[in-house]
Amino acid sequence: MSDYLDGNAAAGALSELFAVDLTAAIAQCNGCGQTTVFAESRLYVDAPGMIARCAGCDTVLLRVVTTPTNTYLDLRGLTYLRIPNS
Amino acid sequence: MGIVSPGFTGRRGGGTDLPPGQYLTHEFPVLSAGPTPHILTDHWEFTVTTETGEKYKWDWAALTALPAEEITKDIHCVTRWSKLQTTWKGVSLDTLLADVETGADFAMAHSYGGYTTNVPLEDLLDGQSWIAYEYDGEPLHPEHGGPARLLVPHLYFWKSAKWVRGLVLSDTEDLGFWETAGYHEYGDPWKEQRYAGD
Ligand SMILES: [Zn+2]
Repeated sequence: MSDYLDGNAAAGALSELFAVDLTAAIAQCNGCGQTTVFAESRLYVDAPGMIARCAGCDTVLLRVVTTPTNTYLDLRGLTYLRIPNS
Repeated sequence: MGIVSPGFTGRRGGGTDLPPGQYLTHEFPVLSAGPTPHILTDHWEFTVTTETGEKYKWDWAALTALPAEEITKDIHCVTRWSKLQTTWKGVSLDTLLADVETGADFAMAHSYGGYTTNVPLEDLLDGQSWIAYEYDGEPLHPEHGGPARLLVPHLYFWKSAKWVRGLVLSDTEDLGFWETAGYHEYGDPWKEQRYAGD
Protein backbone atom coordinates (compact mmCIF):
# COMPACT_ATOMS: atom_id res chain seq x y z
CA MET A 1 0.00 0.00 0.00
CA SER A 2 1.43 3.38 -0.91
CA ASP A 3 0.92 6.27 1.48
CA TYR A 4 1.16 8.96 -1.15
CA LEU A 5 -0.82 10.26 -4.12
CA ASP A 6 0.58 11.18 -7.51
CA GLY A 7 1.39 14.82 -8.08
CA ASN A 8 -1.75 15.38 -10.16
CA ALA A 9 -3.66 15.50 -6.89
CA ALA A 10 -1.95 18.84 -6.17
CA ALA A 11 -3.77 20.51 -9.07
CA GLY A 12 -6.63 21.85 -6.97
CA ALA A 13 -4.54 23.45 -4.23
CA LEU A 14 -2.00 24.86 -6.69
CA SER A 15 -4.65 26.30 -8.99
CA GLU A 16 -5.60 28.62 -6.12
CA LEU A 17 -2.05 30.01 -6.20
CA PHE A 18 -1.03 29.94 -9.84
CA ALA A 19 -2.70 30.92 -13.06
CA VAL A 20 -1.08 28.00 -14.91
CA ASP A 21 -1.42 24.27 -14.31
CA LEU A 22 1.80 23.45 -12.48
CA THR A 23 1.16 19.73 -12.45
CA ALA A 24 2.04 19.78 -16.17
CA ALA A 25 5.26 21.72 -15.53
CA ILE A 26 8.69 20.09 -15.78
CA ALA A 27 10.34 20.02 -12.35
CA GLN A 28 14.02 19.59 -11.52
CA CYS A 29 14.78 18.14 -8.09
CA ASN A 30 17.37 20.05 -6.09
CA GLY A 31 18.43 16.84 -4.37
CA CYS A 32 19.23 14.45 -7.21
CA GLY A 33 18.82 16.60 -10.30
CA GLN A 34 16.15 14.34 -11.77
CA THR A 35 13.86 16.15 -14.19
CA THR A 36 10.25 14.98 -14.43
CA VAL A 37 6.74 16.22 -14.94
CA PHE A 38 5.60 17.59 -11.57
CA ALA A 39 2.59 15.27 -11.67
CA GLU A 40 4.99 12.34 -11.25
CA SER A 41 6.12 13.55 -7.83
CA ARG A 42 4.78 11.81 -4.70
CA LEU A 43 2.19 13.81 -2.83
CA TYR A 44 1.59 13.42 0.92
CA VAL A 45 -1.65 14.97 2.08
CA ASP A 46 -2.36 13.19 5.40
CA ALA A 47 -0.26 15.79 7.17
CA PRO A 48 -0.49 19.34 8.55
CA GLY A 49 0.29 20.55 5.01
CA MET A 50 0.67 19.26 1.46
CA ILE A 51 4.11 17.81 0.70
CA ALA A 52 5.40 16.81 -2.75
CA ARG A 53 8.52 14.65 -2.84
CA CYS A 54 10.81 13.58 -5.68
CA ALA A 55 9.94 10.08 -6.88
CA GLY A 56 13.64 9.41 -7.34
CA CYS A 57 15.18 10.50 -4.03
CA ASP A 58 12.33 11.60 -1.68
CA THR A 59 13.64 15.16 -1.42
CA VAL A 60 10.85 17.56 -0.46
CA LEU A 61 10.09 19.49 -3.68
CA LEU A 62 7.19 21.60 -2.47
CA ARG A 63 5.30 22.37 0.71
CA VAL A 64 1.98 24.17 0.93
CA VAL A 65 0.52 25.12 4.32
CA THR A 66 -2.74 26.98 4.45
CA THR A 67 -3.48 28.91 7.63
CA PRO A 68 -6.65 30.91 8.27
CA THR A 69 -4.88 34.07 7.06
CA ASN A 70 -2.05 33.01 4.73
CA THR A 71 -0.77 30.32 2.44
CA TYR A 72 2.89 29.33 2.82
CA LEU A 73 4.53 28.00 -0.31
CA ASP A 74 8.03 26.51 -0.02
CA LEU A 75 9.66 25.62 -3.32
CA ARG A 76 13.25 25.33 -2.14
CA GLY A 77 13.50 21.69 -3.17
CA LEU A 78 12.91 22.60 -6.79
CA THR A 79 15.84 23.82 -8.88
CA TYR A 80 13.28 25.04 -11.38
CA LEU A 81 9.81 24.56 -12.75
CA ARG A 82 9.67 24.74 -16.54
CA ILE A 83 6.29 25.83 -17.80
CA PRO A 84 5.61 25.73 -21.54
CA ASN A 85 4.39 29.01 -23.03
CA SER A 86 1.11 27.90 -24.45
CA MET B 1 -11.04 28.65 47.21
CA GLY B 2 -14.64 27.67 47.42
CA ILE B 3 -16.27 24.43 46.44
CA VAL B 4 -17.13 24.39 42.77
CA SER B 5 -19.64 21.94 41.39
CA PRO B 6 -18.23 19.78 38.59
CA GLY B 7 -20.97 21.20 36.39
CA PHE B 8 -19.30 24.59 36.50
CA THR B 9 -15.71 23.65 35.73
CA GLY B 10 -16.10 23.89 31.99
CA ARG B 11 -16.04 20.14 31.41
CA ARG B 12 -17.55 19.10 28.13
CA GLY B 13 -17.51 16.36 25.53
CA GLY B 14 -18.56 13.57 27.83
CA GLY B 15 -16.70 14.68 30.91
CA THR B 16 -13.36 15.39 29.28
CA ASP B 17 -11.49 18.62 28.88
CA LEU B 18 -10.14 19.26 25.41
CA PRO B 19 -8.00 22.20 24.32
CA PRO B 20 -9.85 24.82 22.25
CA GLY B 21 -10.75 23.79 18.71
CA GLN B 22 -10.05 20.08 19.24
CA TYR B 23 -12.37 17.10 18.82
CA LEU B 24 -12.12 13.73 20.52
CA THR B 25 -11.14 10.64 18.58
CA HIS B 26 -10.74 7.04 19.68
CA GLU B 27 -8.73 6.20 16.55
CA PHE B 28 -5.01 6.84 16.24
CA PRO B 29 -4.77 8.72 12.92
CA VAL B 30 -1.50 8.33 11.02
CA LEU B 31 -0.13 11.60 9.69
CA SER B 32 2.88 11.48 7.45
CA ALA B 33 4.82 13.99 5.41
CA GLY B 34 6.90 11.32 3.70
CA PRO B 35 7.63 7.64 3.35
CA THR B 36 7.74 5.65 6.59
CA PRO B 37 11.33 4.72 7.49
CA HIS B 38 11.76 1.11 8.58
CA ILE B 39 14.68 1.21 11.00
CA LEU B 40 15.91 -2.04 12.49
CA THR B 41 16.73 -1.74 16.18
CA ASP B 42 20.15 -3.27 15.37
CA HIS B 43 20.87 -0.17 13.32
CA TRP B 44 19.08 2.34 15.53
CA GLU B 45 21.07 5.03 17.31
CA PHE B 46 20.14 8.13 19.31
CA THR B 47 22.59 11.01 19.54
CA VAL B 48 22.57 14.16 21.63
CA THR B 49 24.88 16.84 20.25
CA THR B 50 25.58 19.78 22.54
CA GLU B 51 26.18 23.40 21.60
CA THR B 52 29.93 22.74 21.86
CA GLY B 53 29.72 19.82 19.43
CA GLU B 54 30.11 17.09 22.03
CA LYS B 55 28.16 13.93 21.16
CA TYR B 56 26.48 11.43 23.45
CA LYS B 57 25.21 8.21 21.84
CA TRP B 58 22.90 5.36 22.77
CA ASP B 59 22.24 2.25 20.75
CA TRP B 60 19.07 0.20 21.20
CA ALA B 61 20.52 -1.97 23.95
CA ALA B 62 21.72 1.08 25.85
CA LEU B 63 18.36 2.83 25.54
CA THR B 64 16.30 -0.13 26.67
CA ALA B 65 18.70 -0.83 29.55
CA LEU B 66 17.85 2.55 31.05
CA PRO B 67 15.01 2.85 33.59
CA ALA B 68 11.75 3.06 31.64
CA GLU B 69 8.52 4.74 32.67
CA GLU B 70 4.90 3.90 31.97
CA ILE B 71 3.32 7.08 30.64
CA THR B 72 -0.39 7.90 30.32
CA LYS B 73 -1.06 11.20 28.57
CA ASP B 74 -3.59 13.00 26.38
CA ILE B 75 -2.28 13.90 22.93
CA HIS B 76 -3.43 16.78 20.72
CA CYS B 77 -2.77 16.98 16.97
CA VAL B 78 -2.77 20.37 15.25
CA THR B 79 -5.13 18.87 12.64
CA ARG B 80 -7.66 19.07 15.51
CA TRP B 81 -7.97 15.52 16.82
CA SER B 82 -7.22 14.74 20.43
CA LYS B 83 -6.84 11.29 21.92
CA LEU B 84 -7.09 10.84 25.66
CA GLN B 85 -5.23 8.59 28.08
CA THR B 86 -2.77 7.16 25.56
CA THR B 87 -0.31 4.75 27.18
CA TRP B 88 3.37 4.55 26.35
CA LYS B 89 6.61 3.16 27.68
CA GLY B 90 9.85 5.00 27.30
CA VAL B 91 12.88 6.65 28.82
CA SER B 92 12.56 10.13 30.30
CA LEU B 93 14.70 12.82 28.68
CA ASP B 94 15.69 13.67 32.27
CA THR B 95 17.43 10.30 32.38
CA LEU B 96 19.06 10.64 28.95
CA LEU B 97 20.23 14.21 29.54
CA ALA B 98 21.31 13.72 33.17
CA ASP B 99 25.01 13.49 32.35
CA VAL B 100 24.96 15.79 29.31
CA GLU B 101 26.83 18.99 30.00
CA THR B 102 24.97 21.84 28.36
CA GLY B 103 23.86 25.38 28.95
CA ALA B 104 21.74 25.40 25.79
CA ASP B 105 18.19 26.75 25.79
CA PHE B 106 16.89 25.05 22.65
CA ALA B 107 16.77 21.61 21.09
CA MET B 108 16.16 20.49 17.53
CA ALA B 109 14.84 16.95 17.24
CA HIS B 110 16.06 15.13 14.12
CA SER B 111 14.40 12.04 12.72
CA TYR B 112 15.25 9.22 10.36
CA GLY B 113 13.78 10.39 7.06
CA GLY B 114 14.86 14.00 7.61
CA TYR B 115 12.04 15.44 9.72
CA THR B 116 12.95 18.10 12.27
CA THR B 117 11.09 19.97 15.01
CA ASN B 118 12.29 22.56 17.53
CA VAL B 119 11.48 22.45 21.24
CA PRO B 120 12.84 24.59 24.10
CA LEU B 121 15.14 22.40 26.18
CA GLU B 122 13.20 23.17 29.36
CA ASP B 123 10.11 21.60 27.74
CA LEU B 124 12.01 18.32 27.40
CA LEU B 125 12.96 18.20 31.10
CA ASP B 126 11.19 17.85 34.46
CA GLY B 127 9.13 14.81 33.49
CA GLN B 128 7.67 16.40 30.38
CA SER B 129 9.15 14.27 27.59
CA TRP B 130 10.33 10.79 26.75
CA ILE B 131 11.90 8.65 24.07
CA ALA B 132 8.97 6.24 23.74
CA TYR B 133 9.36 2.76 22.28
CA GLU B 134 6.10 1.06 23.27
CA TYR B 135 2.54 2.15 22.64
CA ASP B 136 -0.44 0.45 24.25
CA GLY B 137 1.74 -2.40 25.50
CA GLU B 138 3.27 -3.21 22.11
CA PRO B 139 6.50 -2.22 20.40
CA LEU B 140 5.91 1.11 18.69
CA HIS B 141 4.83 0.43 15.11
CA PRO B 142 6.79 2.21 12.35
CA GLU B 143 3.71 4.11 11.17
CA HIS B 144 3.45 5.65 14.65
CA GLY B 145 7.15 6.46 14.76
CA GLY B 146 8.81 3.20 15.84
CA PRO B 147 11.22 1.95 16.81
CA ALA B 148 11.23 5.08 18.98
CA ARG B 149 9.70 8.54 18.90
CA LEU B 150 9.97 11.68 20.92
CA LEU B 151 6.94 12.14 23.17
CA VAL B 152 6.23 15.72 24.29
CA PRO B 153 2.52 15.46 24.99
CA HIS B 154 1.99 18.95 26.44
CA LEU B 155 2.70 20.44 22.98
CA TYR B 156 0.89 19.77 19.70
CA PHE B 157 1.78 16.32 18.53
CA TRP B 158 3.93 17.43 15.55
CA LYS B 159 6.54 18.18 18.23
CA SER B 160 6.58 14.48 19.21
CA ALA B 161 8.93 13.59 16.36
CA LYS B 162 8.41 10.11 14.93
CA TRP B 163 11.51 7.99 14.13
CA VAL B 164 13.64 10.23 16.32
CA ARG B 165 17.39 9.75 15.98
CA GLY B 166 18.80 12.68 17.87
CA LEU B 167 18.69 16.06 19.53
CA VAL B 168 20.93 18.96 18.62
CA LEU B 169 21.19 21.47 21.45
CA SER B 170 21.72 25.14 20.71
CA ASP B 171 21.85 28.59 22.27
CA THR B 172 19.62 29.96 19.52
CA GLU B 173 16.20 28.81 18.39
CA ASP B 174 16.12 27.42 14.87
CA LEU B 175 12.84 26.32 13.34
CA GLY B 176 11.94 22.78 12.26
CA PHE B 177 10.06 21.27 9.34
CA TRP B 178 6.54 22.55 10.04
CA GLU B 179 7.69 25.60 11.98
CA THR B 180 9.42 26.95 8.84
CA ALA B 181 6.19 26.54 6.87
CA GLY B 182 3.72 28.53 8.90
CA TYR B 183 3.24 26.51 12.08
CA HIS B 184 3.82 28.00 15.52
CA GLU B 185 7.34 27.86 16.95
CA TYR B 186 6.09 26.60 20.33
CA GLY B 187 2.70 24.95 19.79
CA ASP B 188 0.83 25.02 23.11
CA PRO B 189 -2.57 23.38 22.41
CA TRP B 190 -4.17 25.09 25.44
CA LYS B 191 -3.26 28.49 23.98
CA GLU B 192 -4.23 27.23 20.50
CA GLN B 193 -0.81 28.11 19.10
CA ARG B 194 -1.34 26.42 15.74
CA TYR B 195 0.17 28.90 13.32
CA ALA B 196 3.00 31.43 13.37
CA GLY B 197 1.71 34.55 15.12
CA ASP B 198 -1.06 32.76 17.08
ZN1 LIG C 1 15.34 13.88 -6.38
